[in-house]
Amino acid sequence: MTVVVRTITRILFPISLVFGGYVIMHGHLTPGGGFQGGAVAASGLAMVLVAFGAKRLAEKKGLLSALESLGGVAFAALGFLGLGLTFFANILARSGGLFGGPVPYGPNPGELNTAGTLPLMNWAVGFKVLAGLGAVVLLFALFGGENDR
Amino acid sequence: MIGNLPFVVCMILVALGLWTLVTKRNLIKLVIGIGLIESGVNLFLVSLGYVRGGIPPIYTYAPADGPMVLPTPQALTLTSIVIGVATTALMLAFAVVIYRHKGTLDARKIRDLRG
Amino acid sequence: MKWWLALAAFCLAAGFLIFGAVALRPFGEPRYREMDEYFIRFSQAELAANNVVTAIVFDYRGYDTLGEATVLFTAVTGVALILRRLKK
Repeated sequence: MTVVVRTITRILFPISLVFGGYVIMHGHLTPGGGFQGGAVAASGLAMVLVAFGAKRLAEKKGLLSALESLGGVAFAALGFLGLGLTFFANILARSGGLFGGPVPYGPNPGELNTAGTLPLMNWAVGFKVLAGLGAVVLLFALFGGENDR
Repeated sequence: MIGNLPFVVCMILVALGLWTLVTKRNLIKLVIGIGLIESGVNLFLVSLGYVRGGIPPIYTYAPADGPMVLPTPQALTLTSIVIGVATTALMLAFAVVIYRHKGTLDARKIRDLRG
Repeated sequence: MKWWLALAAFCLAAGFLIFGAVALRPFGEPRYREMDEYFIRFSQAELAANNVVTAIVFDYRGYDTLGEATVLFTAVTGVALILRRLKK
């Protein structure tokens, strides 16, 4: 594409990644979560693909599928983490450790270090959705793109 | 007073998708029709969970008054949206491959089962 | 002839849809809400989560999300299988 699109993509791609990370990270406090943040970050990836062509990203296909498998395995492992009680039991909530802070009842300003395994699951699912949607868009672009620069 | 207008709007979206499926022959337009039906169903699910005067089911800086909107339809709509994205990607991939093999997207000309 | 048959069938289906939407319970007054009341009341006590929707998606109905992740993985695998390069 033209230099205008490339320059705007260079500016907007980090911003979209950071915003996607923010939506994933605050998934247990504000509207959003893993799926939404992953979709936002994947839209940034699609923008790079439109601006710079698919050939330059062709060797990243293995990385994307590895990242997606890693996210799926991490999500299932976090589900198995609570197997002492039940599957998907949240044993980290209110435990005092990682993401185990106390939360006051009722409306509150929101503390990031709460909610147990939910933020970790948000990150796993966010990486999974980011890699999955990015891989789908990349495969579409690679299949049809014989004559792009 | 709007009555049941949100439900009616969702059903109009579903009916538009059905109309697209009945009349169009282009495979891409069929995918668009299925997407319309998905959007109507998702909007219908979310509007089923609305409580009059409700606030979002999130406690961060929540207003003190008002009941909370039912959260379960919203959670299941999230599931439905992701599954819709997955099926749309699969359908578009099939459309691309069919165009590559047959040279056309007309649903009437690709009815033969020969490879 | 076939065209009019299709139009009549579509009008019947759309009429049923819109009649069902009009005859449904009033908008904004859900009838069965005990389960959602439970989630709203206990999501902070049991999971320490402010966002009730995230608490449902990832904990109360975690099996749904597991199946959803499986569906996404299957879709990506299917797209990668369909769109592989046929001629090198």
